Amino acid sequence: MTRLFVAPLLMMALAVPANAETLSHFTLPNGLDVVVIEDHRAPVVVHMVWYRIGSADEQPGQSGIAHFLEHLMFKGTDKLKPGEFSDIVEANGGNDNAFTTWDTTAYYQRIAADRLDLMMGLEADRMRNLVLPQADVDTELQVILEERNQRTDSDPAALFTEQRRAAQWLNHRYGIPIIGWRHEMEQLSRQDALDWYDTYYAPNNAILVVAGDVDPAEVRALAEKNYGPLKPTADLAARARPEEPPQLAERRITFADPRVAQPYVIRTYMAPERDPGAQQQAAALTVLAELLGGTAATSVLGKKLQFDSQTAIYTSAFYDGVSLDDTNFGFAVVPADGVSLQQAEDAVDGVLAQFLLDGPDPAQFSRIKTQIKAEQIYGKDDVQGLARRYGEGLSSGLTLQDIEDWPAILDAVTPEAVVEAARSVLNRKAAVTGWLVQEPAAEAQP
Amino acid sequence: MKRTLIHRFGLIAALALGFGAMARAEVPITEVTSPGGIKAWLVEEPSIPFVALELRFKGGASVDAPGKRGAINLMTALIEEGAGDLDATGFAEAREALAASYSFRAGEDLLAISAEFLSENRDASVELLRQALIHPRFDPDAIERVRAQVLSGLQSDEQDPDTIASRSYDALAFGSHPYGSARDGSPETVAALTRDDILAAHAATLARDRIFVGVVGDITPQELGLMLDHLLGELPATGAPLPGRAGYLLQGGVTVVPFDTPQSVILFGQTGLKRDDPDFFAAYILNEVLGGGRFGARLMTEVREKRGLTYGISTFLAPMDHAELMMGQVSSANEKVAQVLEVVRAEWVRATMGISQDELDKAKTYLTGAYPLRFDGNGPIADILVGMQMDGLPIDYIKTRNAQVEAVTLDDVRRVAGQLIKPDQLHFVVVGQPVGVVSTE
Repeated sequence: MTRLFVAPLLMMALAVPANAETLSHFTLPNGLDVVVIEDHRAPVVVHMVWYRIGSADEQPGQSGIAHFLEHLMFKGTDKLKPGEFSDIVEANGGNDNAFTTWDTTAYYQRIAADRLDLMMGLEADRMRNLVLPQADVDTELQVILEERNQRTDSDPAALFTEQRRAAQWLNHRYGIPIIGWRHEMEQLSRQDALDWYDTYYAPNNAILVVAGDVDPAEVRALAEKNYGPLKPTADLAARARPEEPPQLAERRITFADPRVAQPYVIRTYMAPERDPGAQQQAAALTVLAELLGGTAATSVLGKKLQFDSQTAIYTSAFYDGVSLDDTNFGFAVVPADGVSLQQAEDAVDGVLAQFLLDGPDPAQFSRIKTQIKAEQIYGKDDVQGLARRYGEGLSSGLTLQDIEDWPAILDAVTPEAVVEAARSVLNRKAAVTGWLVQEPAAEAQP
Repeated sequence: MKRTLIHRFGLIAALALGFGAMARAEVPITEVTSPGGIKAWLVEEPSIPFVALELRFKGGASVDAPGKRGAINLMTALIEEGAGDLDATGFAEAREALAASYSFRAGEDLLAISAEFLSENRDASVELLRQALIHPRFDPDAIERVRAQVLSGLQSDEQDPDTIASRSYDALAFGSHPYGSARDGSPETVAALTRDDILAAHAATLARDRIFVGVVGDITPQELGLMLDHLLGELPATGAPLPGRAGYLLQGGVTVVPFDTPQSVILFGQTGLKRDDPDFFAAYILNEVLGGGRFGARLMTEVREKRGLTYGISTFLAPMDHAELMMGQVSSANEKVAQVLEVVRAEWVRATMGISQDELDKAKTYLTGAYPLRFDGNGPIADILVGMQMDGLPIDYIKTRNAQVEAVTLDDVRRVAGQLIKPDQLHFVVVGQPVGVVSTE
């Protein structure tokens, strides 16, 4: 009793920020950046702290430490017992959670707006005063190993993604899973976690986003009271990661697993991300992904492969420009019954070649622009989504101005810019093509 | 990489419990009756120029005709694949040009339609949706295209341990009742569906005798009344009869479904209670203390926090239209499954004795405080409005809900625990290669 269609692969949303008039920003003397988004429709606040540190900042051999520490951040401080953080949030009718990406680690609570002071007090406390009893570290290591079991090892599609990413990046740690390689996770220690914490969990490495029924002046006063006294990490080095060399050779992988029921092809190409002050190419790629793989009935891949030739039962194109370093543009195709993966892949290549010759259909291009504009209206209804966009953007190297400018830059994308971006990105030498196939189960030995 | 469990419950996914009420925020609901007699609940929210509309047709996939399992699911997936003068592509182009969004989902007990449209395009967006509801084309090429997608999904489901677990549990619990089989159908039934079956499924499901409507956004009651008559007035008056009660066929025990994977998926359950049971709130609090999917709940504490046996464990009440369950879900490495079952069984026994005053107080504070957090956007509020109506709750429920939670006493929970929690009836379905765990009987 689950889903209707094929497992959803990667979907892309046209992220658009809020109007400027509801947004304010300031920085505390200790370096904490603060963003306030007002939405007074309901007496609720979202309080988020984003650290400018993610799994791609880990040292070799330490994969998973960023995510492991995220779990350990709930284990108590000088003032709080293990688990008490969430107890207090819940006792005040709130929800809390956290997540780790390659570029950032974030903690957040949703709660009645009049509890903001309390949330800030708790979050500020664990920014600098974490306590990690060895026994809790040991148990939590078992939890993240089970998490890896559940999310990755039990799911051939997730294992396939891990292998594809490892092949995609020759040098950058985007090629290593956020949760970590199992053999390295098993070796993570309490001291590893504390070293990570002591260096990177500091006001001068964090962004506070407060969104909801709040007054910016009051948020400033509360932030000064709660976060103001925290000491920054002295001489915090700029984020420096191993950079990718030029990618000169096409890579192809085949991942076979007996649990695969529906084979498919995914290809990803190296692609530029949204850079501060230079988001035009990323905007063109965002529109390109919509053109190629938006709605099946109107997108280039969907129309040609699902409707005209019936080569595929599912197609998509994906790109997310929010990333600190170079990212991926990709497509996926699930072949129709009786169509081989090679035929499906060739069909996509044929469609892409034709697209580069023809350029976008003007009517489709114009409809996509209409939807981008509309997203500015719909987006106002989701204040947590807005908070997330700002936190994610700022912790991925963008400025507030970049985030504010994004809708206009998307709107200014021309058909020529899309074709130019497509020509530049659709380069097989910088691409990984992955086939997911079913491996016949091993025959029992007589 | 969220820290807590991502909820993937087979049975509860179809339920919009509409459970709850609002402590502090005001949600002024107006009941609107259209000139043609269609009822809706409306919250006017003119500050953002769009409307969120939630439509529900009671019955959903449970009214599939005998031997036609999957017809309503396939029909639902075809609703926007061409309507009136527009083929699938024409329809999608028209929708995109309006920047409207529509989604159609077949649940076990209901067919759900969610729509959002801009104020400036309201009339055209409603007209397009009307074409899809009243004049879907069900073109043969669209049927084959979508059928192939459904069949592919069914193939994948057969290799997905979560789906295998919920399908196995459902089949064991409900047998030949529609609840006992997948609403998507089986590869055999879906392959055999004809266009006539699709048309029959449409007539059986989308009818005026089973409509519920929730609306939030930039629209007045009068405008909404006219809109509803235009949108829904031409639907047939009556649909297919609902199925009868689903008898619960499972006894306590264990069913192991062998599957080659490092981590077993475990579903466990027993009978539950009805949504309109006077003890529902007491049971809801009991469930929250036992298996609420958050830290501090007993199972999360015992299985994850103390022993590190899983990434997440939770339980839930599933009051469906024709049966009631109390269920839980957990995943654990094959070699740890036996220990997980032992801990869950022990907690089930402990739960028969009720909860402590401290647990009751904490659960109340959490549930009453968290209630307003649900009202976070036009779409979610419209969803709550329609769920309240389907559950038969009064229009002022939001104002009284937290008081009903507060009114539950320790004795209430103890009494309900003694009746509801049945350790002897608890049945586990384990999909994987659990070590030291075998099927009973």
